[in-house]
Amino acid sequence: MTTVTTQIKLTPEHGARPIASMRSRLQDALPKIVLAPSFAITIVFVYGFILWTVYLSFTNSKTFPSYALTGPRAYQRLWRWTFESDPPSSWYTSIINMGIFGFLYIFICLALGLFLAILLDQKIRGEGMLRPIYLYPMALSFIVTGVAWKWFLDPGLGLEQTLHQWGWTSFHFDWIKNKDFVIYTVVIAGVWQASGFIMAMFLAGLRGIDGEIMKAAQIDGATTFQLYRRIVIPLLRPIFLSAFIVLAHLAIKSYDLVVALTSGGPGGSAWLPSNFMYEYTFKRNEMAVGSASAVIMLMTITAIIVPYLYSELREKPR
Amino acid sequence: MSVIATPARQSTGGISARTVNRIVIYGLLALFALFYLMPLFVMLVTSFKTMDEIQNGNMLALPQAPTFEPWLKAWGETCVGLTCAGIKGYFWNSIKMVVPAVLISTLLGALNGYVLTKWRFRGHTLVFGLMLFACFIPFQSVLLPMATILGSLGRFGVTLRNATGFSFGLGNPTVNLVFVHVVYGLGFTTLFFRNYYEAFPTELVKAAQVDGASFFQIFRRIMLPNSMPIFVVTVIYQFTNIWNDFLFASAYAGTGDAMPMTVALNNVVNTSTGVVEYNVNMAAAMIAALPTLLVYVVAGRYFVRGLMAGAVKG
Repeated sequence: MTTVTTQIKLTPEHGARPIASMRSRLQDALPKIVLAPSFAITIVFVYGFILWTVYLSFTNSKTFPSYALTGPRAYQRLWRWTFESDPPSSWYTSIINMGIFGFLYIFICLALGLFLAILLDQKIRGEGMLRPIYLYPMALSFIVTGVAWKWFLDPGLGLEQTLHQWGWTSFHFDWIKNKDFVIYTVVIAGVWQASGFIMAMFLAGLRGIDGEIMKAAQIDGATTFQLYRRIVIPLLRPIFLSAFIVLAHLAIKSYDLVVALTSGGPGGSAWLPSNFMYEYTFKRNEMAVGSASAVIMLMTITAIIVPYLYSELREKPR
Repeated sequence: MSVIATPARQSTGGISARTVNRIVIYGLLALFALFYLMPLFVMLVTSFKTMDEIQNGNMLALPQAPTFEPWLKAWGETCVGLTCAGIKGYFWNSIKMVVPAVLISTLLGALNGYVLTKWRFRGHTLVFGLMLFACFIPFQSVLLPMATILGSLGRFGVTLRNATGFSFGLGNPTVNLVFVHVVYGLGFTTLFFRNYYEAFPTELVKAAQVDGASFFQIFRRIMLPNSMPIFVVTVIYQFTNIWNDFLFASAYAGTGDAMPMTVALNNVVNTSTGVVEYNVNMAAAMIAALPTLLVYVVAGRYFVRGLMAGAVKG
């Protein structure tokens, strides 16, 4: 880039003819001009809007935005609701669900993904056929996933009914209609959708490991289990990190799946904070509270993503 | 890198440890394949059954008398809210939204990636970082301001139409969604192209500059012809994401004729009037899933690459 600039400046016409100088200056600025709209859009529609949402969370907005600041009332309400467990407020339910869903979803996806990747990495015949089968749910919309699992888990139509017909009449599985268990059905559908992708990430990682290290360890008499525990899994650490980031941000953003699978669950018992935000903002006319919950979601994601992005962008000073 | 696969020499007696190992591994893999295939299988067979068969038969059984009726009904007759004209209109809504949104965001991403790698300026990392972070925000944090802005633009569009007879697309829900998806897709498309162009030899660009090629000439003649793979990856990624989006779609086109497919499907399934026609619901879900599934089947390799590129940054 620098060499080019000097070259243009060395051309004899430069300065001699004002038009040419204008043009070359335009050429110089062109890259920035091309990037500018995208950057401006990001600044306004992402960061500007975030500030706008933060501002709204400090107002008394109900159905329509109001712009008189009234202090952190919305946050105080959320704070109170956080501890109001008897009867649990919608917010309490949402964050407890987030905890359950987030933990199980991330943990099971990582465990299952790694497990499947290790199995698939044993020189499997038909790997080319199995991999796409594990992965295809990722191409589906959460709404389709929700519709499919809603049917599958419905006590009157799906799995329970099928097993009854096969003679296992005592089988009972009504989690999807049970307010205490409905969030676990969201975990099942979520894991079904994302675990294949995590498998693909781990598989790519496994394929990148130097075979020599493995051979050396085997010659030293390491058992298969030791080999994976002591050598392979530690080597996969960067993949664990990436997969964790992907899953964490998918978990916090999850909204559609809850809507399609459970319609919010009995009495809103399957809500996540994203559903809380949507309902309070657009249906219960509590815009300030909705905004405050969105800000809390954003801060949670920021706490996870920013250190990660910082280290990723830092690592390669080129 | 396969460990269990290496011949176990200490095979004992009849069946060697290796054989047992292999059986267990293949058994587990097959079991999980069933787990992943089951919902799709159930959805598919149900969509070809009559209601009678659904109520009296087994969920996993193949249709006794396969009928295409539910598909036709889902496409042309089923009720979405109060209008009963099938989901075909909403399918086209999604197409009309997806095509421009994908093309615009991909092209802008290509240009951004080109600038951010080959025409670097001070602070390029910061600019990229800010754009990249935008990929990860929960969209709830911008949902409301965007709704407000789109509402004002809509009112302005009405004024404009009264004055000039043409609203310039302002207030049109499909146009709004295209705009929203371009804005919030830019981070990803820029990321894809930036990482791809990062590995592209800068010497080629420099040489072209020395030869007097302009910014756009270099982009068109040198970068673009070498960008086919990343274009495919980005287009597939954007297509899948935008087609599958539900949050923006329900917030900005949640009612009325402009609903995209995902919202319409959710409405079909949750329409509570009359008998619930599960076969029609499943057919509708299949129709909603087909475009992205098709892309996955045809270009799965690129699909996975896109997901990976979105996951592993830097």
